[in-house]
Amino acid sequence: MNKMIQGNTKNLSDDLRIVITGVGLAAPNGNNLSEFRRNMLEGISGLDMMEVRHMGQLAAGNCSFDEQKYQSRKMRKRGTRAGAIGIYCANEALVDSGIDINEEDRDNVGIYVGITEHGNVETENEIHELYQNELNTDYWSHHHNPRTVSNAPAGEISLNLRITGPAYTVGAACAAGNIGLIHGAQMIRAGEVSWCLAGGISESTHTFGIFAAFKAQGALGSHADPTLATRPLDKNRNGIAVSEGGCLYVLETLARAKARGAKVYGEIAGYHVNSDATDFVLPNNDRQVECMHKAIKRAGLSVEDIDLVSMHATGTSLGDIQECKAVREVFDKSENTLINASKGFIGHCMGAAGALELAGNLPSFEDNMVHGCRNIEELDPECEIKGLVLKGPVNKEVKTILNNSFGMLGINSALIISKMEKE
Amino acid sequence: MEAVEVRKFVLDIIEDIALDEDVSNLNDDIALREQLDLDSMDFLDIVMELKKRHKVEVPQEDYPRLATMSGCVEYLTPKMQ
Repeated sequence: MNKMIQGNTKNLSDDLRIVITGVGLAAPNGNNLSEFRRNMLEGISGLDMMEVRHMGQLAAGNCSFDEQKYQSRKMRKRGTRAGAIGIYCANEALVDSGIDINEEDRDNVGIYVGITEHGNVETENEIHELYQNELNTDYWSHHHNPRTVSNAPAGEISLNLRITGPAYTVGAACAAGNIGLIHGAQMIRAGEVSWCLAGGISESTHTFGIFAAFKAQGALGSHADPTLATRPLDKNRNGIAVSEGGCLYVLETLARAKARGAKVYGEIAGYHVNSDATDFVLPNNDRQVECMHKAIKRAGLSVEDIDLVSMHATGTSLGDIQECKAVREVFDKSENTLINASKGFIGHCMGAAGALELAGNLPSFEDNMVHGCRNIEELDPECEIKGLVLKGPVNKEVKTILNNSFGMLGINSALIISKMEKE
Repeated sequence: MEAVEVRKFVLDIIEDIALDEDVSNLNDDIALREQLDLDSMDFLDIVMELKKRHKVEVPQEDYPRLATMSGCVEYLTPKMQ
């Protein structure tokens, strides 16, 4: 029997309603929510040229947060870039939420980190060293295993904050940011943890393999001006800009949030996750349509209730067209819905993408603005969708956001966040 | 190699591993782990750096001999000739 919670969450008791009460993020164009939001509204790009091993100068999105703000130099050296991003985001989210971790039952806190991949960076580094050492594996580092286990980014956060509850990663390709959040909400509702840190993280710019594979696939975006390297929905787009980043949220029940007088950013109103089961790489817009429809149904809403759709739109020729078809099919009948896409500003933050792109739109609940899409010089006719905000920002009262995030091997996610109305 | 030189090489390695800790006032006869925040991973780092920088192999059964600085010097000096 399917026991999933369906219908408008307003009909649920407060201990089954899951809300966001803290945001910690590192984006290529911002190290906290207010900076990130300002740059999304002002059209500031986070992309620049970087030197990629074996490949030379490529456009990419890297973050500039202070790694030593919450982590010693020694622990940074021992750990991974993904761990450093996670530690920064987790601590920032806690500060933002007003939670003092020393006052909490650490056994009852979860850490759920969405990742596209983990371990490529460290493996490439070790193999590089191996070649410097004439293929002598005696010099292979004992750090290789703890750095490459797939729970590493979550484990590093747990070590840093001494959180002793479940801390692990959720692998879901580029849908992972959304799915980290969804998993967190599920675990709280299931009573597994009292509250959690959940979202997604990516260190992908530090592995040449990801750039090389996208290039081999004909999907690596390029332009002499790195801020124009990825142009989702533009007629002349030529691919993805690889980015790193992270975004972790404090999730807790509405009951707990009320009890401690927390600021509530929004409520997880609904979600859906499904699989294409059709191709390793190519998306399937029928399943994307189904994913959005089921998320809306689960939230007890109609398409007309969705004020803003944040597209996944990565800047590949086929992927953008497929998603546009899907979004058009779902929202063409809505006279209310606006649509935007974030990767023209920050590139593709992989496992962090869904969580970060949601954060870029979340302040719409407060400021009633909707950011646009960066880098659309000439809209691809096949990407025309009613409500698309080409150049932002525009004014609109936003109460409900649907956040799309899709990934390789055909994983789709749609997450719906609603503004918390004052009761 | 003189013992004083060996001590300096070991200290250089420890300094790079302990990073932000002050290693200038180490007592050579007290266990390194009692004076510095070093754990088993750090200890393996020391062994690896001895191998990389000075081509000295320390077999696992000899690890206890590196517990103190004076132990390190006594054990490593003949190996670093």
